[in-house]
Amino acid sequence: MNTHFKTTRRDVLKGGGALVVSFSFGAQAGDALAQTAAAAKPLALTEVDSYLAIDAKGMCTVYSGKVDLGTGTDTALRQMAAEELDLPLNRIKLVTGDTLLTPDQGTTWGSLTIQSGGVQIRQASAAAKAALLEEAAKRLNVKKEELSVAGGVVSGGGKRIAYAQLIGGKSFSIKLDPKQPVPTKDPKTFKLVGTSVPRVDIPGKATGTFTYMQDFRVPGMLHGRVVRPPAMQAKLESVDEASIKGIRSAKVIRQGNFLAVVAANEWAAIKGARQLKATWSKWEGLPEQSKLYEHVRATKVAKDEVTSTVGNAAEALGQGAKKLAATYDFAIHTHGSIGPSCAVAEFKDGKLTSWSASQATHTLRKQLAQMFAMPVDDVRCLYLEGAGCYGRNGHEDAAADAALLAKATGKPVRVQWSRADEHGWDPKGPPTLIDLRAAMDGSGTVTAWESEFFIPQSAGGFLVPLVAATLAEMPYEKHIAPGNIIRNSDIPYKFANVKTVCHRLESTPFTPSWIRTPGRMQNTYANECFMDELAAAASADPIEFRLKYLDPADTRGIEILNRLVALAKWDKRPSPKGGQSGDVVKGRGVSYVKYELVRTYVGVVAEVEVNRATGIIKVPKFYITHDCGQIINPDGLKNQLEGNIIQTVSRTLLEELKFNRSAVTSLDWASYPILTFPDVPDIAMDLIDRPTMPPWGAGEPAAAVVPSAISNAVFDATGVRLRSIPYTPEKVKAALRGAA
Amino acid sequence: MATRPLTVNGKRVSITVDDPDMPLLYALRDDLALKGPRFGCGLAQCGACTVHVDGRAVRSCVTPLSSIKPGQRVVTLEGLGTPQNPHPVQRAFIEEQAVQCGYCINGMIMEAAAFLARNRRPTETQIKQALANNLCRCGTHARIVRAVKRAATA
Repeated sequence: MNTHFKTTRRDVLKGGGALVVSFSFGAQAGDALAQTAAAAKPLALTEVDSYLAIDAKGMCTVYSGKVDLGTGTDTALRQMAAEELDLPLNRIKLVTGDTLLTPDQGTTWGSLTIQSGGVQIRQASAAAKAALLEEAAKRLNVKKEELSVAGGVVSGGGKRIAYAQLIGGKSFSIKLDPKQPVPTKDPKTFKLVGTSVPRVDIPGKATGTFTYMQDFRVPGMLHGRVVRPPAMQAKLESVDEASIKGIRSAKVIRQGNFLAVVAANEWAAIKGARQLKATWSKWEGLPEQSKLYEHVRATKVAKDEVTSTVGNAAEALGQGAKKLAATYDFAIHTHGSIGPSCAVAEFKDGKLTSWSASQATHTLRKQLAQMFAMPVDDVRCLYLEGAGCYGRNGHEDAAADAALLAKATGKPVRVQWSRADEHGWDPKGPPTLIDLRAAMDGSGTVTAWESEFFIPQSAGGFLVPLVAATLAEMPYEKHIAPGNIIRNSDIPYKFANVKTVCHRLESTPFTPSWIRTPGRMQNTYANECFMDELAAAASADPIEFRLKYLDPADTRGIEILNRLVALAKWDKRPSPKGGQSGDVVKGRGVSYVKYELVRTYVGVVAEVEVNRATGIIKVPKFYITHDCGQIINPDGLKNQLEGNIIQTVSRTLLEELKFNRSAVTSLDWASYPILTFPDVPDIAMDLIDRPTMPPWGAGEPAAAVVPSAISNAVFDATGVRLRSIPYTPEKVKAALRGAA
Repeated sequence: MATRPLTVNGKRVSITVDDPDMPLLYALRDDLALKGPRFGCGLAQCGACTVHVDGRAVRSCVTPLSSIKPGQRVVTLEGLGTPQNPHPVQRAFIEEQAVQCGYCINGMIMEAAAFLARNRRPTETQIKQALANNLCRCGTHARIVRAVKRAATA
């Protein structure tokens, strides 16, 4: 697909500021992929050469620190780069998540790959193209304004010169200044961005030619399997190495409480790990599951973070004509990757190479260096796509396991976690407990909103301790890192008096990390359910009630809800619906989020059927309106929205980590069920595209509104409020009994 | 050490193993370097490892090598079709872009292909039922159902 681009006078004038005008292409960069030459490759976020190179054949290699976690960003990032460079898509090669080659653009999280990483690549591409045009103008002796580009060939004055001839293999040596963005293409001229380019990875994935992390092999590699303690903090007392004597090549590796079996082939390692006899100390330090939220409420608060204050909520609450209070909770969840974590590691000449599906290779590199007390420069981490992780799952821990075993054996080692390792030992989305209070005046106008979120602290940033380092008693940062979970504890509604506080707890039962939409899903759940409670108390239509309190200047938020009314053919009336007979009753519920109160807008309506006899909730239909600004790939966006909704319906109805006083007991898909085909909702969408606006994230925001939409729909159907996720039939029946 | 003859994707091969009860999955992945069948649970709960044995969809993670007779035809995702010449079900998955991370997709395609071979014109409910024991975490279900429908009408 060739694109055609003509510079205009306006473009040239706009270009004056940021781009360093007098540049000179640098020395031959060589093949950046060859390890010897790669040492010279720049990684700074302020260098064009950090993000891209064009070789002598005209192939452009784009280097992205953000990786594709199965969301299609490898295609979208290519689209953004190709668009800006006026190159066909098949002339872009993409290298991602390699600490030796790709800039540290931050962890692949928070719906930021396009919004942040893609925009950085777009900037580098725009700067590179401006430089190429300037060079072409010189070489062809044609004014820049008279040049056009198609397929990587610059034409003007009847002459042509290819990018490859202009730059081929040399470095750009151009600085980028984030404070002075480089002018980018007018969206009206876009040929690739905004179109549903088919994903580059899908043909390989559908035919078995794609190489996942789990398929990666290195010569001479051993296979390792970890043997985790049966109680989470149990001490390893003894190991009976003779218990696996009959398994050829199998060998026990032990360091502190870290225990594993390595073998020449995978099945021998699996059998060895299963058969190995070891004795462990008792440990029963977990709270009783049935008293989890009492435990959470009683946990010492490390610090309070007030996320919003308007007026005096406490005083206004005391004076309200009508007062409401409710407590919501959201269970501990696992990431639930379909492919358990896997990694390969090799120590060679004192240097460590780690292959994993880590969403944060630059961070992992630092953690591995710390663990083995070696210089960061001696560690290289490379990304290979694994199964979807939806946050920080076990990939990094498998990388640490493999590194420890590679060090111990002196050979490259591949570690594949079992299903039980993944369910039992990936870090968890922590339990969330939320108290809400509000007051209304006699006319039903909300006068005060107050909320308290009981969520773990994040004392030391975003380094989730590596399990192997903790078990083997090697160096690591001893703190908990649940991710940025305070966002969306504050609300988009303009009430006269508001106070929202996060009580950051000193500890939480399981090592926490970020699951998809961390905190923002749980917080939005409580806020949007309670908002619905207020609407019902005011006998107001839930959408009109929300519109009444949205900032009138926030027109994008208002548009989301208005378009949702049209999409869902919303019947304006208060909830509950009432007047339904029989066991099965139907209802609809709405929810709204402005992600982190600064970006992507989402509105959803859920339609549910509640069987009052069995307590089973079915969710046959979801409607979604979505505004993430400029859409890069509409079909890719739809795929993400479907995924967000379906995964979060699963979280809402089914998912809850089970545990006893010693360890996780929901170690497979039977004990931790997820949604299956017969129960998947039909989804109707209205995507709002704003080509002239910045592209915002879409990998997470839609998940934030799903639990509350379902809860509100159940209330509409039954008149009963569900406040504890997941909404199991037992809880539904108990709530219905309680109301009867 | 024992040698087991197998017919995989139309080729006769032999696998040398210490344990004839090793699951078929490891023979395919580790001995034959096939990447289609995937390890997901080892418990026949998720379907990521699905292959065809004589046209039937089976969970290779719990199928002992010793249970496969030499004449039985084992077909993996690679044996179904190639990127250049995909099977109608593979083509439908590509056309519907019915993949997110794609880790489960081997199982979805293998299950659907075996199902469609016996049910030429299934209803949507029958498709969902046929795939009810295949897990997807990304939430690609709607597209997968559309792809199977497309393959059924191809």
